Amino acid sequence: MSDFKPDIRAFCCHYTSQQTCAEGSEGLKQDGFPESVSLFRVPCTGKIQVSTLLQAFEDGVDAVYVVGCPVDSCHNVKGSQRAAKRVLAVKKALSELDVEDERIEMFHLERGFHPEFLAVAQEMDKKIKKLGPSPLKGEPA
Amino acid sequence: MIIAERKPIAEIVEMTRNHEKILVLGCRGCVTVCSAGGEREVELLASLIRLGAKKDGRKIEVQEGTLVRQCDKEYVDSLDNWKGEYDAIVSMACGVGVNFIANLRPTTMVYPGVNTTFFGGSADQGVWTEQCAGCGDCVLHLTGGLCPVARCAKSLMNGPCGGSQNGKCEIHSEIDCIWQMIHDRLERLDRKEQMLEVAPIRDWRTAGHGGPRKTTRDDLTI
Repeated sequence: MSDFKPDIRAFCCHYTSQQTCAEGSEGLKQDGFPESVSLFRVPCTGKIQVSTLLQAFEDGVDAVYVVGCPVDSCHNVKGSQRAAKRVLAVKKALSELDVEDERIEMFHLERGFHPEFLAVAQEMDKKIKKLGPSPLKGEPA
Repeated sequence: MIIAERKPIAEIVEMTRNHEKILVLGCRGCVTVCSAGGEREVELLASLIRLGAKKDGRKIEVQEGTLVRQCDKEYVDSLDNWKGEYDAIVSMACGVGVNFIANLRPTTMVYPGVNTTFFGGSADQGVWTEQCAGCGDCVLHLTGGLCPVARCAKSLMNGPCGGSQNGKCEIHSEIDCIWQMIHDRLERLDRKEQMLEVAPIRDWRTAGHGGPRKTTRDDLTI
């Protein structure tokens, strides 16, 4: 288990990831941004469908997380609230499939604050390393 | 419309366990409107079935399709589009759709992907409430347009009962007593005296208590 390198897909909105994306890949590495996390930037997290989140698991990732604006101050009013509901729907589906629902999370962060953005990536990396590979990969444990 | 909700995914994975090729089939009728079994929900269920199989180490092919309606023979005929591509269907239509496929495809295994719950309407975004029980002998002209068969927990014809408290039902305290609502509405319409008429004992045969129901319109049959 010790050599397990998680594959984590992060969907983030344009605003919450602004500063992080400005760092560039080298800058992110120096800051300690986990290599396990692939960033997918969307105009608004409200645009992310449940099917997009499930597709990530079908593609074989170990975990997914979404970073959107604070609940009460989304640039598109309710985008991050919608995203949170969709994340919750996938959490429920994972539970029904008897898979740890912590493999998907929603984070609401202030716009462009890099340290917090970095912290949630590290939090997910740490948690998934502990959980191990996703059972949805169909690989023997 | 007919309201439905998706069955728990574990139940669907279990019922389809012995199949290797599944067709998840949606319906563009009521279940699309109530977000239970339209194109979008088909996509999600197909994905969940694939993930469930993968988790169990099983191989499965899942096709996705959505018919205009599953309650008409001519639309069910278009199942031929997926001929040879499935050995079982998970229908996301209401129970009528599942029955129609079972009636018309005697050798095809069909499973329900949703629980069909009631006839209702959209009360708010994401909220549906029962409004009609399809009892076959409508009394809405006597009750101000509000249905005591569907909306009274006891389907009383002469209400309210003693359990009506402060306008709420004793069975579900968050639900308005429909007989209180009927009374208030008839009063507003200046027809309160209708409440004094005692409804006779009802013949429930039209409500399905006389077996499966059928409607035949001579003017439409050829």
